[in-house]
Amino acid sequence: MNVGFDFINNKLIIRIDGDIDHHTCDEIRSKIDNEIMRRNPKDIIFDMKNVNFMDSSGIGVIIGRYKLVMAKSGVAAMINVKPQIQRVYDICGLKKIIPIYENEIQAVKNI
Amino acid sequence: MRIDNEMRLEFLSKSQNESFARSVVAAFIAQLDPTIDELADVKTAVSEAVTNAIIHGYECQSGHISIVSKIMGRTVEIEIFDQGKGIENIDLARQPLYTSKPELERSGMGFTVMETFMDHVEVVSQPGMGTTIRLTKTFKSM
Ligand SMILES: Nc1ncnc2c1ncn2[C@@H]1O[C@H](COP(=O)(O)OP(=O)(O)OP(=O)(O)O)[C@@H](O)[C@H]1O
Ligand SMILES: [Mg+2]
Repeated sequence: MNVGFDFINNKLIIRIDGDIDHHTCDEIRSKIDNEIMRRNPKDIIFDMKNVNFMDSSGIGVIIGRYKLVMAKSGVAAMINVKPQIQRVYDICGLKKIIPIYENEIQAVKNI
Repeated sequence: MRIDNEMRLEFLSKSQNESFARSVVAAFIAQLDPTIDELADVKTAVSEAVTNAIIHGYECQSGHISIVSKIMGRTVEIEIFDQGKGIENIDLARQPLYTSKPELERSGMGFTVMETFMDHVEVVSQPGMGTTIRLTKTFKSM
C-alpha cells in the first residue's frame, strides 16, 4: 500500500494509492500518523486521485485524521474524488466536516 | 421468481479476502450489464458485509464466510453468511453511527451504506450462531 506525501504551506498532502478497506486501512493509518508526527502540519489534504474504492473503513481513517488536525485548529480537505468515493462520503455526512475541492491548487488556496 | 443463475463462494475470514470477495461478486453480476454506479454500489455493500463478518462476527479469529448469489431476471440477491458471534440487538446494530467497536475507529456506518446502496437489506442473526445478511437490488432495465 503506497502513501505519498508532499508538504506545501504548512499543509500535508496525502496521496493514497489503491483501495481503502479494512485490509489496507491499518497500514494507511499508521503511515499518515507517522508523517503527521514528523511534520506537524496545520492542515491535511487527502488526494484521492488513485483511489478507486473506499468503504466505511476508509471513512473511519479519514474522520480519525480529521480529529487529529482539528485538535490543533487545523482543517482537512479532499481532492480528486471519484464518484464511488463521493457517494460513500455523502452518505456518511462528511460534507459537514471535510470539504472537497476540485484539485490541489483550489484546496491549497481555500483552506 | 425463477433463478437464472447462481454462484457459491467460501473463504477464510482473512482481511485480504475482502477485495477478492467483492470482485468475485462484481464479476458474477456483470452478466446483467449493470451501470458503473450500480456495480460500485453492490461492491461496496458486499465489502461492508464481509468486513463485518471478519471484524465483528469472528472478531478477527479464523472462521469460514460463504457467499451465495442468485440472479433472477434483473434482480440480484447476495447472501453473506458467517458462523460467528451473532448480533444481540439487530435494530440497534442497524442504526446509523452505532458501533460496538469505537476503539477501532469504526464509524458505525456499514449498515447505512448497505441500506443506501441496495434495495433491501435483511439481517438474520442469533447470538452464538452467526449472521446472515441478505442484500437485493434490481438493476435498471437496459
Ligand atoms: N456479522 C456480524 N456479526 C456480529 N456483529 C455484527 C455483524 N455485522 C454487524 N455487527 C454489529 O453491528 C454493528 C454495526 O455494524 P456497522 O457495519 O453498521 O458498523 P461498524 O462495523 O461498527 O462500523 P463501520 O462499518 O462503519 O466501520 C457492529 O458494530 C457490530 O456490533
Ligand atoms: Mg461495518
